[in-house]
Amino acid sequence: MSKEQLKQAQQFIEAIPHAKALGMEITEISDGIAQLEMDYDARFVGDSETGVISGGAVSALMDTCCGAAVMSHPDVAGATATIDLRIDYMRGATPGERVIARAEVYHLTRTVAFVRAKSYDNDRANPVATATGAFTAEKKA
Amino acid sequence: MSRPRPEPVQVVKQRRDAALTALAHSIPYCEFLGIQFERRGDELTGIMTFQESNIGNPMLPALHGGATAAFLEIASLIGLSWSTLWEDMESGVLSLDELEQGHLPRLPKTIDFTVDYLRSGLPRDAYARARVNRSGRRYASVHVEAWQDRRDKLFAQATGHFLMPAPMGS
Repeated sequence: MSKEQLKQAQQFIEAIPHAKALGMEITEISDGIAQLEMDYDARFVGDSETGVISGGAVSALMDTCCGAAVMSHPDVAGATATIDLRIDYMRGATPGERVIARAEVYHLTRTVAFVRAKSYDNDRANPVATATGAFTAEKKA
Repeated sequence: MSRPRPEPVQVVKQRRDAALTALAHSIPYCEFLGIQFERRGDELTGIMTFQESNIGNPMLPALHGGATAAFLEIASLIGLSWSTLWEDMESGVLSLDELEQGHLPRLPKTIDFTVDYLRSGLPRDAYARARVNRSGRRYASVHVEAWQDRRDKLFAQATGHFLMPAPMGS
């Protein structure tokens, strides 16, 4: 993965208004794998009692990360859309810490990309959430 | 046979609206996404007012799947919390003072959430209503539907499982 590729990918992410609003940063992109990160922000909190980030904000990060993984796949042509996404929440992300999502396309058919993702904060041994989803894809002829 | 005289309408409304406001304010992410709730009796409708920052595909344009997922999840959480809060509020376990000060039961925690994207979300307001299919002592299952222009033409739906908070005062 070259610096140039990463810069292009970051420009792509920033062209998505919702990803830009959440301050998403792409830190890895290659052949069906993507890593996206998001800083803690008081506006993203889902429970003011605890200060834990909303599950919805983590979903947005994982959804974008899965989409980026699909588009980075060498056999996929053009854009993608989410068909279905299931998120399992293992624990609340620690308030103040950056959330990192990593997604991989584990299977590609002519029309569908099957994707898995995991999210972490500083504690890399305990994921915050995992996701599995199906995304629309057009396989290159 | 006699029944107690019903409370004046404004007293009932004030208490219920205070509870709903306090509930929505306990989730700061609602404001970031432009989510509000409307109430008709105990029925709630979530409204996600359109804003440019919720766009995920600027070419179409369409709402971001993540904004839609968050809207559905918040509508489920508020709907579930509301259904349990309702009993405590109507029976007087929670007083108006407490509600206005934001003394609410803890929010349920999402265990898992599965979103079904039926069509792309248009760049306009979206609505959602949640239905609690089962609410036990510890776990709950909630289904939620979202639409835009036409109520019977859903653009997304979801099912989620939630861990219920311990009852108040325990």
